Amino acid sequence: MNVLSLRNVVKAYHSHIAVNDVSFDVKAGTIFGLLGPNGAGKTSLIRIITTITGADSGEVLLNGEPLNHLHPNEIGYMPEERGLYKKMKVGEQLLYLAQLKGLTEKEAKIKLKTWMVKFDIMNWWDKKVGDLSKGMSQKIQFIATVIHDPKLLILDEPFSGLDPINANLIKDEIYQLKEKGTSILFSTHRMEQVEEICEDIVLINQGKILLYGNVDTIKNDFKEHLFSIKYEGDLPSVTDHLGFSVLEKRPNEVTIKVTEGVSSNQILKTLIDTNISILGFNEILPSLNEIFIKKVEQSNE
Amino acid sequence: MNKIWLVTMREYLTRVKNKTFILTTLLTPLGLLVFFVAVGFVMSTGSDTVKVINVTDASNLLEKKLDSRDNLSFVFTDESVATLKGKYKDGGFDGILEVIPLKDSLAKSFTVNYHSDDQLAMDENFAIQSAISDKIRDFKLKKLNLDEATLKSIDTDVTIQPFTILKDKKISSITTIVSSAIGAIVGYAMFFIILVYGSQVMRSVMEEKINRIVEVLISSLKPFELMMGKVLGVGLVGLTQIGIWMILMPLILFIATSLLGIDAANMDGINTGNLPTEELMMSSNGKIAQVLAEIQGMNWYLILPLTLFYFIAGYFAYAALFAAVGSAVGEDINEAQSLTLPIMMPLMFAFYIGISAMNAPDSTLAVWSSMIPLFSSIVMPVRLPFDPPWWQIVISVVSLVLFTIALVWLAGRIYRVGILMYGKKASFKELAKWVFYKE
Repeated sequence: MNVLSLRNVVKAYHSHIAVNDVSFDVKAGTIFGLLGPNGAGKTSLIRIITTITGADSGEVLLNGEPLNHLHPNEIGYMPEERGLYKKMKVGEQLLYLAQLKGLTEKEAKIKLKTWMVKFDIMNWWDKKVGDLSKGMSQKIQFIATVIHDPKLLILDEPFSGLDPINANLIKDEIYQLKEKGTSILFSTHRMEQVEEICEDIVLINQGKILLYGNVDTIKNDFKEHLFSIKYEGDLPSVTDHLGFSVLEKRPNEVTIKVTEGVSSNQILKTLIDTNISILGFNEILPSLNEIFIKKVEQSNE
Repeated sequence: MNKIWLVTMREYLTRVKNKTFILTTLLTPLGLLVFFVAVGFVMSTGSDTVKVINVTDASNLLEKKLDSRDNLSFVFTDESVATLKGKYKDGGFDGILEVIPLKDSLAKSFTVNYHSDDQLAMDENFAIQSAISDKIRDFKLKKLNLDEATLKSIDTDVTIQPFTILKDKKISSITTIVSSAIGAIVGYAMFFIILVYGSQVMRSVMEEKINRIVEVLISSLKPFELMMGKVLGVGLVGLTQIGIWMILMPLILFIATSLLGIDAANMDGINTGNLPTEELMMSSNGKIAQVLAEIQGMNWYLILPLTLFYFIAGYFAYAALFAAVGSAVGEDINEAQSLTLPIMMPLMFAFYIGISAMNAPDSTLAVWSSMIPLFSSIVMPVRLPFDPPWWQIVISVVSLVLFTIALVWLAGRIYRVGILMYGKKASFKELAKWVFYKE
């Protein structure tokens, strides 16, 4: 079941095409990464999904239905540029934003109390947002995004400007929401976070999709048959006849590239027969960061 | 619809609960009262030291009598000017008024000399002039063998009593004056209300854009709903403030008059500056009843709802424009100035037409601009007390309604694009393009 499906979505702004024939699916209950360099069209895409703007052509389905005026109540959106009324009190402000999402005042109050108790910030209720620190107001912004129990949560760079403690707090909340069945669309250009928390990703550049799929599958697709070996003893200086070449040599550790057609088991077997003792044998998978840079550079050429 | 109401209530409540709003709303009528009392006080006091002036009058033209007034004290003396000049340094007087003999008894002009090292203040100058002028007048009357009563009978008060021919309406000589006054008050009020609350809408739009909260908001509701909620909310604040003032002003005036013992005649003097001559007061007292009758005679069942309509429609049209401009401005509030110019121009223009319509409510300019939207919301209310033809009112109302709807729609088109544009402020060319952007 897909919570969100995009079909051939196109959006042009007078001179340039911001979103060019983009299609992808977000599975229900997963964390999905929307990646791309600055200006790739991520924000344009998000604005289409959040019904802020409309697509020129193509189709966006939320829970299988074309986007309509009721859908904003089922989406929670935290923009990259955070924004709250500085002169409004925390409690009043969150109640207002929750009611704009279709909650009644009573429902909003109950939900808000639960969240504020959870974050241990009940004493902020009557504080003005302008008097809070940046990290504090990020928490408020997060509550504003999730208070109406959205089915789809869209987070644009949710960890930017957060210290590690608060970042972990938000990360835990994201996982908990996921456990409860919320689907999360996570837009960023910070690859290490994506690797950690996303199951599927789509990588866009200049409005077009460069990569789309499961994170592990993508990493496998881009692997270069590299292994790292930890050992004791003397490694033969010439290894080509053993089925691999040494790329980098450090004391008691080498990075090797396995010749195509040779399996890792064969390599291990050969090495065991030599007089070195093997302490470790790991496959080196490319990081998403490397894949990202490689793909974006290719497409920009 | 429900979401518009949420925005409206937020705009309304945050404003009404604001300390500055409460203070200005409560203190403005009080401040105005204090201001008028203070002005009256300042106007009624001149210099506070008494000037002693020695008067030499060789020909006894003034018959040893000159009324002391405005801190001037006159002392008649037979000593010569030369002797007095000798005593000037420590003679206990401030100046010497030398009245030269009147040669021609019917002379149109007359000169007296004033010797002193200190100049006379303007009001002192006037006081001496009028005192001497009165004396010479009496002197001339005697010379010509005329008495005061004969002279008074020369002047005649002329009243023009108007009568209608086809219209069935009773009008009196002061209908025009009362109508003008009502028109003027309504016109001024319209202008300031539209200006003050319109620019509040603009500032509110800019605040949301600069805060970046607007992106969170419009992921919950349509930009048009947000704009309308804002315009409605600020408009309600305006109505609240005016409502409170309409209750407070007479109340404070009443309390002040009964507590301080300021009688109506005094208030009249304060309002008209420094002119409360006996004549004016007499006539104003006599005419108060007439004015009240005139005010009651106005067709309020037509004027009041129509004025309210023009206020609402005019406010909506201008506030929507202000909202559109607010959305087009970047981070810098100063940039708004050049963009508000096209809004200010018709508003100012309408205001001045309104003033001229007060004097000439049936001039071509007044008639036409009371039917042209953007002008009509100020000009027509000014003309209403003058009982304009019904067809002009109908055209005016219909055109204003249609125009306001179109303008709000247009402003909404600009607003929805503008609030998401960051960086430099937009040019008018860009604004025009935004109108035609797809959703």
